[in-house]
Amino acid sequence: MKKETIALHNGNEIDPYTGAASIPIYQASTYHQFSLEHPNQFDYARSGNPTREALENAIAKLEGGCRGFAFASGMAAISTTFLLFSHNDHLIVSKDVYGGTYRLLTQVLTRLGIEVTFVDTTDLQAVEAAIRPNTKGIYIETPSNPLLKVSNLSLLAELAKAYQLLTIVDNTFLTPYYQQPLKLGIDVVVHSATKFIGGHSDVVAGLVVVKEDEIAEKISFLQNSFGAILGVQDSWLILRGLKTLPVRMKNSSKSAKVIADWLEQHPAVQRVYYTGLESHEGHKLQAEQASGHGAVLSFDVGSEEKAKQILNRVRLPLVAVSLGAVESILSYPAMMSHASMPREVRLQYGISDGLLRLSVGLEDVEDLIADLEQALSVKSLLVTSEGRR
Amino acid sequence: MRIETHLAQIGTKKEPKTGAINFPVYFATAYEHIGGVSTGFDYTRTANPTRQVLEQSIAALEEGDAGFACSSGMAAIQTVMGLFSQGDHLIVSLDLYGGTYRLFEQVLSRYGLTFSWVDLRDLSQVEQAIQPNTKAIFIETLTNPLIQVINLEEICQLAKRQQLLTIVDNTFMTPYLQQPIKWGADIVLHSATKYLGGHNDVLAGLIVSKGEELSERIGFLHNSIGATLAPLDAWLLMRGMKTLALRMNQHLANARELALFLNQHPLVEKVFYPSFDPEGRQILTKQARGFSGIFSFRLKDENLVRPFLEHLEVISFAESLGGVESLITHPATQTHADMPDELCQKIGICGRLVRISVGIEHIEDLQQDIAQALKKADQIIRRSGLS
Ligand SMILES: Cc1ncc(COP(=O)(O)O)c(C=O)c1O
Ligand SMILES: Cc1ncc(COP(=O)(O)O)c(C=O)c1O
Repeated sequence: MKKETIALHNGNEIDPYTGAASIPIYQASTYHQFSLEHPNQFDYARSGNPTREALENAIAKLEGGCRGFAFASGMAAISTTFLLFSHNDHLIVSKDVYGGTYRLLTQVLTRLGIEVTFVDTTDLQAVEAAIRPNTKGIYIETPSNPLLKVSNLSLLAELAKAYQLLTIVDNTFLTPYYQQPLKLGIDVVVHSATKFIGGHSDVVAGLVVVKEDEIAEKISFLQNSFGAILGVQDSWLILRGLKTLPVRMKNSSKSAKVIADWLEQHPAVQRVYYTGLESHEGHKLQAEQASGHGAVLSFDVGSEEKAKQILNRVRLPLVAVSLGAVESILSYPAMMSHASMPREVRLQYGISDGLLRLSVGLEDVEDLIADLEQALSVKSLLVTSEGRR
Repeated sequence: MRIETHLAQIGTKKEPKTGAINFPVYFATAYEHIGGVSTGFDYTRTANPTRQVLEQSIAALEEGDAGFACSSGMAAIQTVMGLFSQGDHLIVSLDLYGGTYRLFEQVLSRYGLTFSWVDLRDLSQVEQAIQPNTKAIFIETLTNPLIQVINLEEICQLAKRQQLLTIVDNTFMTPYLQQPIKWGADIVLHSATKYLGGHNDVLAGLIVSKGEELSERIGFLHNSIGATLAPLDAWLLMRGMKTLALRMNQHLANARELALFLNQHPLVEKVFYPSFDPEGRQILTKQARGFSGIFSFRLKDENLVRPFLEHLEVISFAESLGGVESLITHPATQTHADMPDELCQKIGICGRLVRISVGIEHIEDLQQDIAQALKKADQIIRRSGLS
């Protein structure tokens, strides 16, 4: 079955009791046990809830994993996954991971004895060189945020196998519609489902999918013990979003390519980062390991001043933190997603003061281009917030 | 303002645009920077308007400085535990919720944290357990499931002298009955799934902290770890809290009658209810407004347990507590299944122990239900020659 079909027909869309075409929202926190000896499948909603389970099964199917888990946010999913490790364990992590993941690792987990080396995971040799006797896992974000660097998942998975390391991939940017890391040999996939999977800027959620039962058991234990589970209504909303994931991804990615091509020609733009462009260093690899390039692109307008001018002048995209919605969202990594990263580290990673990130939504692409054009082409630097509605 | 008034007024006068008496549910995850500046809301994990009303309300109710809403009680506990670092040691209530025990011993111990399980009713034992690396005392009072009472003022004073943080799980009491921060606690935790929500329909956890620096640190962890409460759940919880005082009054009255009834029952060996424990009763009279609606009792014969639970008609046999519906739990196989047998024995959790969360049904229906189920259970084991 193709993913377009799996998104709609995965065995979790129908309520078995009534035939209802949408799984009910089981708000109950606890379940009556008809017998002490033969407890029901469900006992307490933190441990298991039918609505949440429908979502967990659906995402497992889409990612091609054995089991899925839903969490209160992407960070809750990531925090729970990191609990697989113990103090004195060492992790190798993609250098330009999402700022929140960086913050969790450097300010919370290091205090608990987790050692971390941030490595450019597009460079396999650098990854291998970073492996120590106590290394236990490799955590990869590909394409990375916001520069969309592409790491080679099959090769990383092979390397990890050779050293018996667990591999974890944050698949937020491409979603299983375009990339299925488990099929490339990765052990665990994490998502901020707040983004494309939910898709409507109305739910914060995280998902984890694992390839094998042994890790599934451990995540299941941790999900229940730590308790950072996804609320029931939110589980239902994510399931609802999932149904249109393929059409949304297709449409937004198509527009993203048109916009990237256009930006690349624009005199006010110094550089465009989008893997769909042949000029992007990850273009070829991405085309091999994924079936699309996604709907996020970044572009450098040279200075903080110019970036702020554009942020002030655009009328269609929301100027906001976040991405992956039906609405286009323009954000400014230096002050938003990567604000918690020290400036020197940020610049060293190539996240410059003039970098903007655009998450392309479902608006008409010509409307988006016209809006970007008027925002980009103003020469005067004396633009004030008047330009904004 | 009295607490009843606070509760009924949760979320009012906070929506100046429409005047809506009931605060709206904000589903938006992202917030536009209007005119290039943040409105104070950027991203819902960090702050959400609906969740914020709840957080401010619980902070006010507990008389703390900041409140934080989490996706479950356990998520609240794990978030607070993020305050500690490898090498730190905590002193913890010996008798406490099994899930907390599991998190500490099976997850956090892997991060270099160590725990001493101490009967916190005995201050000399607490003092003896203090080590150079001790950072906090984690207190559950009333304790779960043996309903022991810990003297908050004394233990918080001891902690202050030793520069230890005090963390109190106030799930069983709620701020309506007990406000630990008044007695010197630094952090209060809730499984708001229980009395605060009150309807067995939301899973939620709350944290309240005292002091600016501590509140800031917890705020950082709340956002970084990301186990935040969903907006609709925050709204449901506030809806529940509006009737907390009424519900608690009824829970308390029903629990008292039922405890007296069971205390006279020939098939019941012992009832764990504060009224029957002179010391606990004295402490609670000072530090709380009532005895809660939960208690436990030990049956005379373990064989009675199964048929008793299976023959209840009104009361549900289900894990959880604090809802309008009465629930009965079997700690040894449910809430405390992950606690080792040895420790269970030490604490007094055995197969004959049953915990009841008394709901707000009519007391006579509850009494009759228990009476008939015990009678049937007794007949069954007599017939099968088990007794
Ligand atoms: C790639 C990536 N991973 C993880 C996260 C964290 O997810 P959430 O905001 O849902 O906690 C985000 C976004 O915030 C992200 O962009
Ligand atoms: C005293 C106490 N603390 C914490 C918890 C955990 O809360 P939750 O189930 O909401 O995660 C519970 C109940 O399960 C509890 O009874």
